[in-house]
Amino acid sequence: MDAILLQILNGLDKGSAYALIALGLTLIFGTLGVVNFAHGALFMIGAFCAVTLSRLLSLSFVTIDETQKDFLGNPLKVETPYVEAWFGPQTGSAIIDWAVPLAILFSIPIMALVGLFMERGLIKYFYKRPHADQILVTFGLAIVLQEIIKYFFGANPIPTPAPDVFSGSLDFGALVGMDPNVIIYPYWRIVYFLFAAAIVGAVFAFLRFTTFGMVVRAGMADRQTVGLLGINIDKRFTVMFALAAVVAGLAGVMYAPINSPNYHMGMDFLVLSFVVVVVGGMGSLPGAVLAGFVLGILESFASMAQVVALLPGINQIIIYLVAIVILLTRPRGLMGRKGVMES
Amino acid sequence: MFGLNKKDTSLFFLVLLLVVFAPFLLNPFPEGSELAQFNAGYPDLMQRFLIFGIFAIGFNILFGLTGYLSFGHAAFLGVGSYAGVWMMKLLTMNVIPAIFMSVVFAGLFSLLVGYISLRRSGIYFSILTLAFAQMSFSLAYSVLTPITNGETGLQLALDDPRILGVSSENGAIPPANFFGIPMRESFEMSAGGWLFTFNAGYYLCAVFMMIAFYIAVRIFRSPFGMMLRAVKSNQQRMNFTGLNSRPYTLAAFVISGMYAGLAGGLMVAMDPLAGAERMQWTASGEVVLMTILGGAGTLIGPVLGAGFIKYCENIFSKINDNILYGWFSGLPEGVADFLVFVIHPFIGKGWHLTLGIMFMLIVIFLPGGIMEGVERIGRLFKRKSSSDKNSSARASAAPAE
Amino acid sequence: MEILRVEGVNKSFGGLRALNNVNFSVEEGTVHAIIGPNGAGKSTFLNCLIGRLIPDTGSVMFGDISLTGMKPYEINQIGVSRVFQTPEIFGDLTLLENIMIPAIAKRDGEFKLHAFKDVSKDAEIRDKALHMLEDVGLAEKKDSVAGSLSRGDKRRLELAMCLSQDPKLLLLDEPTAGMSRADTNNTIDLLKRIGDRGITKVVIEHDMHVVFSLADKVTVLAQGAIIAEGKPEDIKGDPRVQEAYLGGAHL
Repeated sequence: MDAILLQILNGLDKGSAYALIALGLTLIFGTLGVVNFAHGALFMIGAFCAVTLSRLLSLSFVTIDETQKDFLGNPLKVETPYVEAWFGPQTGSAIIDWAVPLAILFSIPIMALVGLFMERGLIKYFYKRPHADQILVTFGLAIVLQEIIKYFFGANPIPTPAPDVFSGSLDFGALVGMDPNVIIYPYWRIVYFLFAAAIVGAVFAFLRFTTFGMVVRAGMADRQTVGLLGINIDKRFTVMFALAAVVAGLAGVMYAPINSPNYHMGMDFLVLSFVVVVVGGMGSLPGAVLAGFVLGILESFASMAQVVALLPGINQIIIYLVAIVILLTRPRGLMGRKGVMES
Repeated sequence: MFGLNKKDTSLFFLVLLLVVFAPFLLNPFPEGSELAQFNAGYPDLMQRFLIFGIFAIGFNILFGLTGYLSFGHAAFLGVGSYAGVWMMKLLTMNVIPAIFMSVVFAGLFSLLVGYISLRRSGIYFSILTLAFAQMSFSLAYSVLTPITNGETGLQLALDDPRILGVSSENGAIPPANFFGIPMRESFEMSAGGWLFTFNAGYYLCAVFMMIAFYIAVRIFRSPFGMMLRAVKSNQQRMNFTGLNSRPYTLAAFVISGMYAGLAGGLMVAMDPLAGAERMQWTASGEVVLMTILGGAGTLIGPVLGAGFIKYCENIFSKINDNILYGWFSGLPEGVADFLVFVIHPFIGKGWHLTLGIMFMLIVIFLPGGIMEGVERIGRLFKRKSSSDKNSSARASAAPAE
Repeated sequence: MEILRVEGVNKSFGGLRALNNVNFSVEEGTVHAIIGPNGAGKSTFLNCLIGRLIPDTGSVMFGDISLTGMKPYEINQIGVSRVFQTPEIFGDLTLLENIMIPAIAKRDGEFKLHAFKDVSKDAEIRDKALHMLEDVGLAEKKDSVAGSLSRGDKRRLELAMCLSQDPKLLLLDEPTAGMSRADTNNTIDLLKRIGDRGITKVVIEHDMHVVFSLADKVTVLAQGAIIAEGKPEDIKGDPRVQEAYLGGAHL
């Protein structure tokens, strides 16, 4: 029982990331009909927004403290971050400590702009091209984006810690009346899950309760008719693309403390997210979210020692295996609609 | 000739000439000259041209003809490589059994993957192949370590049995050979300032490449090839015309998988080791790129695409800032600095950036690849000449056809 | 002799009953027209014949072979060809290739791995295809790409594709829809000429001019059920048919 609970919890954070990326992919696919292989790169850019902000915040100036000597006997150089000088040591160091959560605010305009440029500058020319062309051009774009990041940030993962407050773990077992120290769950992962849930909720609420969302949903169902009603659907779809970029970016920002960002993390997540989208059902938003969590949790179950002992390597391939089975038995995925991507 | 029509025969001989004389053609600049770095006539690179050419020719039979975009073909190349190394470990250092088994194993594996993946089409097919390739990659890294040697990659060892050959020769692993001719043996010819290298391995690749190319031409011109194009054009009409499209696509899939296996086997023949990274989906993406860049669905395009990318990869990764400064030495210092600053991200380790940009530009502006470009230029030229010479030229050209 | 016999076919989509206990038979060598107002279930019926849809109940017999559950290509292989409402052709291929493909399918069956034969040297197939193109008046365009044809030419090409298979039964779904009067008349002539070859035809048609110039027998479908059947002259005056066509103003 506790082992099962532990695996479910462990699967939640990865599942959250899958769900958020898959949600954006589905939004783009459902509204614009574009298969976006560069979506993983958006996730990666988000993570590097966190890296950038934490670097910006720790920009320092050097003062020489004559009263102290370093081990060579030279006067000690003291690096003071600008923020500490401006806001005082305490507030300043708190700001630096909270770089990742602050990066949420920092990344929203950046990701929206990136999304806007991508859609207006490239994607919109591919609405009428075959899906193969869309895949290829966005694949090229993904390579370009990740190489740019590699150029500026190097090839090595960059540790980007969460605020100190969240560095500990929650003894989840003790909380629900089990033996202590059995189910230990890092705070930040709880934060990540809650954050993901909030974003998913916000996106759904946005689509459900705003006029804008209603038009977009109508557009997803029947683009032509909505266009005939005199509604400028293209403009709204641009906004949707930017929104999807923001969602992927935020997923990346908050994921930075869980896995140190590196330039190829986008590609790694992209393949899995596509599998998630297909399992959930191409074009189905709830399907994408559901499949994201289900596959994340399934993956963590497959990594249990007992399971791996029984079926070696299963943890590596479980997601692909499930995808293959689903695609063959339920071609439209768990919650897919008829007629999507069926030629 | 050989059952090819006139046009294809000349194309075949053109390719043959290019391949045979590549050691000359690719070394146009004398040794030690400033431009020698643009030479490509050394064995290692020339072998790669041909091996990836074979890979791309095979991929084109699937993608170019049927339009099924597979993102998993690197897996077949990987399986072929592993099979090849195992043959060298168990049987003999003669490359022929290794290459043969590479093709067989890749064929069997592609039969399995194709049988399942081809139940779906479009993007679903792409994702299925992608899933299979990633699965193979993960398994090669983890559970299958006894067969693949995991992260280190599969290598030859001194104590391998090699039941038809010898385990070791003078305390070293015997070289990969073709009935006694070592693959790495080269004959060097220097003429004036030029140095030309003729490598045994390269010419073995050349023989296989010509066979592979010949088969591809035959397939393109066959009823089977026509059916594959019908699949791409209108699968529904095909089914209502009494044709079962599934075995056609499966056959194309397996043939292209065998080409990938052949490429993997040749890689092993040239350099007897195999690693899981060859199976990664980015490697599959590379062959897609080669095919598109050259011109999907054309006969020679994929070969050109493979050569172009491997050449650029080699040149771009070799160039560094010092070389750039050498080029710009005639310019004022500030201008040279600026140019180097601008170009720097695209060279050396930044080669992939150049590749990605190239990829995007091709898909955006020239979806038919190099071959479409050539055609467009040709048409432009024709239009000019025909308007110059008025209709008499057309009248005289007509009977020749 | 009956070539096609349909008995008690029902087909529903959700709550909608598209076909309601349809019984229908076609005599060999005749032209049988199916008419009916929009939404009468004509296309659904045709789709049930060629394996695109599977009827919920009932049987479709072609000679003594049951078509129910057979794959589209299997149905074609036993001699049933179909011309679609919107022309289904191989748009990227040349006209000649468009006809060679069905001809090869007829000769070699549903699959043959003839990867080493030169298709352009297959004189039998090539001659047949050329002949077929001449028949429909498209011979001079044999090397153009089929996708570049006008809609009317596409229809004629599709018809030629089907004819190159010498089908026993040819199903035509509105073969003259969207054609000019002149084109329509050409098509009627063409279809009449095919009639001389003894190919049985089932035609779905809106244009009564076409129906009455071609058909030996007419079946009227309304709301998924057959409401009348008989010779064209009889159908013309049938009050039930006129009612189905909203007072029969244009009959």
